[in-house]
This record gives sequence, C-alpha cells and structure tokens, in this order.
Amino acid sequence: MGIRLFITIIVLCMLTTGAFAEPVNDKALVAAKPARLLSLYNFFSDPPAQTPSDGVLPYDLVTPLFSDYASKFRFVYIPAGKSADYRDSGVFEFPVGTALIKTFAYPADLRRSKKAVRLIETRLLIRHETDWKAWPYVWNEDMSDAQLKLAGRRMEIAVTGFDGKPLHIDYAVPNANQCKGCHALDKAVVPIGPTVRNLNHDFNYSGAVKNQLRMWIDLELLAGARDPQDLPAATDWQDISQPLNDRARSYLDVNCAHCHRRQGPASNSGLFLEAWEEDRVAWGYRKRPVAAGRGSGGFEFDIDPGNAEGSILIYRMKSLDPGIMMPELGRSMAHKEAIIMLEEWINGLK
Amino acid sequence: MNKTVLSFGDQKAGGEGFLITSDNVVLEDFAVEDTKGDGIKSKGADQITYRRIRVEWSGGSKETNGAYGIYPVESNNVLVEDSVVTGASDAGIYVGQSENIIVRNSTATYNVAGIEIENSKYADVYSNTVTHNTGGILVFDLPNLPVMGGHSVRVFNNQVIDNDTPNFAPEGNIVGMVAKGTGIMIMTNRNVHVFDNTLSNNGTVSVLIATYPNEFEDDNYVPHPRGVLIRDNNYEGGGSDPDGEVGDIITNVTGTPVPDIVWDGVVPLTEWMTWTSDADRIYVNETIDTTFANLRMIQNTLYPWSTSADRDIEDYAGAVPEPKPVRLPQLLKTN
Repeated sequence: MGIRLFITIIVLCMLTTGAFAEPVNDKALVAAKPARLLSLYNFFSDPPAQTPSDGVLPYDLVTPLFSDYASKFRFVYIPAGKSADYRDSGVFEFPVGTALIKTFAYPADLRRSKKAVRLIETRLLIRHETDWKAWPYVWNEDMSDAQLKLAGRRMEIAVTGFDGKPLHIDYAVPNANQCKGCHALDKAVVPIGPTVRNLNHDFNYSGAVKNQLRMWIDLELLAGARDPQDLPAATDWQDISQPLNDRARSYLDVNCAHCHRRQGPASNSGLFLEAWEEDRVAWGYRKRPVAAGRGSGGFEFDIDPGNAEGSILIYRMKSLDPGIMMPELGRSMAHKEAIIMLEEWINGLK
Repeated sequence: MNKTVLSFGDQKAGGEGFLITSDNVVLEDFAVEDTKGDGIKSKGADQITYRRIRVEWSGGSKETNGAYGIYPVESNNVLVEDSVVTGASDAGIYVGQSENIIVRNSTATYNVAGIEIENSKYADVYSNTVTHNTGGILVFDLPNLPVMGGHSVRVFNNQVIDNDTPNFAPEGNIVGMVAKGTGIMIMTNRNVHVFDNTLSNNGTVSVLIATYPNEFEDDNYVPHPRGVLIRDNNYEGGGSDPDGEVGDIITNVTGTPVPDIVWDGVVPLTEWMTWTSDADRIYVNETIDTTFANLRMIQNTLYPWSTSADRDIEDYAGAVPEPKPVRLPQLLKTN
C-alpha cells in the first residue's frame, strides 16, 4: 500500500507539474461545436512530445487495435471532481465532459518506434450530455497544432519498414461518419478501448510502473471497482507465455468485435467475435458466410478447423481489396504477425 | 437515375458505396456504379425508401463485382421501387433480416440472384422484371443468424424470364448453389405465396421449393419450407436445360424436361412417418397443363432402387391463408 501511494503521489506530482500550465478547457469540450484547432482544448503541455496537461492521464491497452503499425498515444481526461463508473463488461460509464484522446503517429523508421516520431492525427471522443461525439484532427507538418477534418483525409506516409526498405503507407484519416463504422453500438457512438479487461495491466507512468486500474481508482477517476486483481483481464495477444486460444480470441475481440457483436455494425453477419462468445458457430467455427460476397474467397467456413489456409477469416485479414478485406476500415496493410498467430491457432483447432 | 451517377471505380476503402444507418431516409433518382463491395447498404435503418435507384457493375457479370446492389438489412418498413440493379455477384436486390417489405416495379438483370428475400417476414414482391440472372427470385431462410424464421412472403405479378446467366457467385456463398435458369426458389420459410407470375424460359426449373441443403448447428432453425402455396402462374417453356448439381439432382428423378414446379419433398422425419398438418403443407393450384414433381428425396435416399417422383398435382390442391398486403408508413403518407 505504501509503495502504491508513493507512486500515485509521484504521478500526481507529474500530472500537476508547472503551475503555469493551463488547465484543460472544459467549456470547449462540451460546446455544441468542436474546436477548429486541437490546441484549444489544452490537452497537451508539449504537443509534439505528446506530454499531457494537468489531469490528462496516459493509458494503453492490453491488446490494441491494429492500425497499419501506427504508434498510438492514448489519454483520458475526466473533469475535476468527477469519476467514471465501473462496468464489468463494455466500456466504463464516463461522466459528461470526459475526453478520450488518441493520437496516431509514425516513427521515421518502424524499427525505432521512439525516434523521429511524426504525429498524424488525433481522434477525440467527447462525452456530451446525451451522447459521445467523435472528431478527427490532423496534425500540421511542424506538429504545432492539429486541425479539425470532418471529411477525413488520405495521406501518403513514407517511412522505413521493418525490413529496412522504404514503405509508403496509404493512410486514411476517417471522416466523422466513418467513426460510426466502428464506434456504433445500438446506433449510438460509444468508445471501444477503455474496458476493464483491456485496461487491466501495468503501465509505465514515466518510470513508475503500476496497474492502470489501480491508478485510476487511486486518482478517483474510477468508482465502484473491486481490487484489480479480482477483475477480468484481456490476454496480450503477443504474450507467448499465454495459451494460444486466449491470445487468438483476445486479438479477434479487440480487432473485430466492435463490429462483430450482437449490437454492433456487423450484427447481420451472425459472426460474433467477443472473447467470451461461447457459441462456437457464432465465433466462426465451421460457420458459413452470409453476405460475404467475394469476401468468401471461395471458402466454405469462416474458421475451418485445422485449415487456416482455407478459412475465410484469414483470407479477409490478408486481403487489401476493399471488397474483401477485414476490418473494412483502418488498415491498408496486413497484420502479418497476427495472421501467423491466428493461422497457428486455426490449424490447431479440431 | 441516369443523370446523377456516382462512380466508385477508384474506391480505396469501405465495404460498400453507401451505408445508411439512420431512420426515415429516402434515396431517390441516382445511380451507383462499380463499387468494390456492396452498392448501397442500409442497416438498422427503419422506414427506408429506394426509389428510382440504379446500381450497376459496368463490366458485366463478374465474380469480382460486389455482392449486393440494393441491400437493406435489419430494418423495418423497407420500400424498393422503380429501381434497377445489374451485375451483382450475389443478389441484385437483397432484403435480409427485415420486416415489412415491398419490392415492386423494379428490374434485376445479370445478377446471380435477381431479387432475394432472406430471413425476413411480411414481404410483398410484385410487378418486377427479373431477367438474365442465374436465379430470378429467391426466398431463403438461413441458420446461425440473429434473425431467423422468415415467413409471410407474397411473390406475385412478376415477369421472371430468361434467367440464363451462368452462376458467377464466389464459391462458399449460398447463392453459389443456385442453378442457372431457376425462376423462383423458396428455401425454408413459412407461409410463402407465389401467384400470378409469368415464368418463361427458365432452363432448370420455373419454381423450386427446397429444404436447406447444408449441415448446420443451430437448435432454433427449421430447415423446411412450411405452408407454401403456388397458384395461378403462367408457365412458358422452362426446365429444358437443367444446370449444375441441382439440375442433376432433379433430373435424376424427373428426367428432362424438368416439371414446372419441383419440391424436394423433404419434411421432418417424424412427419414423413406420420403426416404433415394442413398449415405446414405444400399446396399447388395451377391449370391442368402445369407439370409438377415431388422428388420424394427421403424415400429416394432410403430406398434408392425405387427412385420416383410424385407427379400427382391434384393431390396438392388446397390453400393456406394468405398474408395481408404489406402496408408501409412511408406510402401511407404520400398516397
């Protein structure tokens, strides 16, 4: 307990450094219209370095969504004196004025993730009185500020790839409507990431390592949660010490289930990939396609046990054709490492 | 629909050209061409109207075309009228997992399926022209979906003519099994009425009534068609050029030409041993020169040495109550 408190105090100090720093602009957050420039919200004390302002807490996810190998910086801001209510499943119930902030960035060389990082876009999810608003902001070349781009944007991004060769990424900033493509649940826009399962692991708070949920509880950002040790946690899909089945289901949960769940945008497919889905046909096991069209690739089943090569799920994850590829949005490259993991999983299914 | 044309030939992302998720939307007087996936999809969009919409893949019938042209799904109160769909690699006009549906005065050509009503209830499909597809009008119900148990569908006054395009659906899709030259096909569903249609020169079969043919793992799914009535249709030609596996299965029993109306005769095994209640039976009321076959697939599988069809059309006379005409709120307002 002593150490916990100590770390919390350190982080609190970090979060409140610089008496000169301006607080987050609560008024702008709940205004009917989004700010034209991201800087108006005051989320960052040092935007190019993505150093957060007072009260803006960084976090990450056990298993993140794949987005063309982009680096992501995630932050949560909850207005002073308020807290999110704990939920066992789905995202926490955040109070009005909450902002979930996610910046997408690329290092000049994908092999050196921390060096020469160029910020691309920052997506905001802001909790208003009746609903969440989703706004995309695109960073200037000099990273001094980011501008609201409701219509999205296509960007050519040149980096050095993992193989050391030049790589051109055909990056798409989603338009405000496309946000709904993933963030719709029962027709309302909702966050996806900050669930108990996907937050429940350690985070490095500038050198101080601490369980994220513990930190949120100690900072009184989260109310009603039990001890994080007793709470469910997602499996890190890259953690080879974990059972392959858990890694696979966790990856599919995070990368697919925001649409492929019963209230999600892909409900009509009948393919439901939440990690806790128990109906095996529903999670793809010998499930026939319904409206896949050429997405079927000529194969009979989403997951054909023992036959990854002949499974529609793998076929669509490998494809870059808009009429075939899955997910439909947010990637222009295949996630090779995850595909290898999932192939191994499917080939081991009986 | 020829003045405003939205071409998606250079589309880079997205599973469809248009996606509508709002209620009370009218789509009117425009065309969508060459989308990489589906043409126009509306999902969970109640009271949606497609009026004078054209969706087309300009390169003809190709496997690389998108699956569905007009694609409302999980919606209440769907109206598709005066629209045209050409080239879909699954169904031109596809209504799925929906309720209260009218598809009328529309044209579907060179698709795999012209019009398909799937896992839906209360649908009226009438006064459409469905020609040069692989199959004309399909009424299907499939397992393992959130919405199942399609029922109360009326298919009438349609021109189902010359459906003669070889099946170009990507394999794995259920429509991939549809034989070239299938006029109207009913697979599972309850209370489907097919009447006053003209079925002309559909090479495999004019009307096919069938049980879901694949294995499935779903306790809530009924794979048999129940309470189907076929009456007062006009049959011309047809059945003279049966295609593919389905054509083989039929002609193994009936020979060529295939009768106008074919039912696989598959019922739940308990019924096969006893009887089927009146409400669940298959009824055919057609003129005396109409030909019919019950393939008696269960008998013929159990006793393959006595393969024969039941062609006694009179034994299938009768009726089940017809669903009331579908009324849509969007039509009550304007008319």
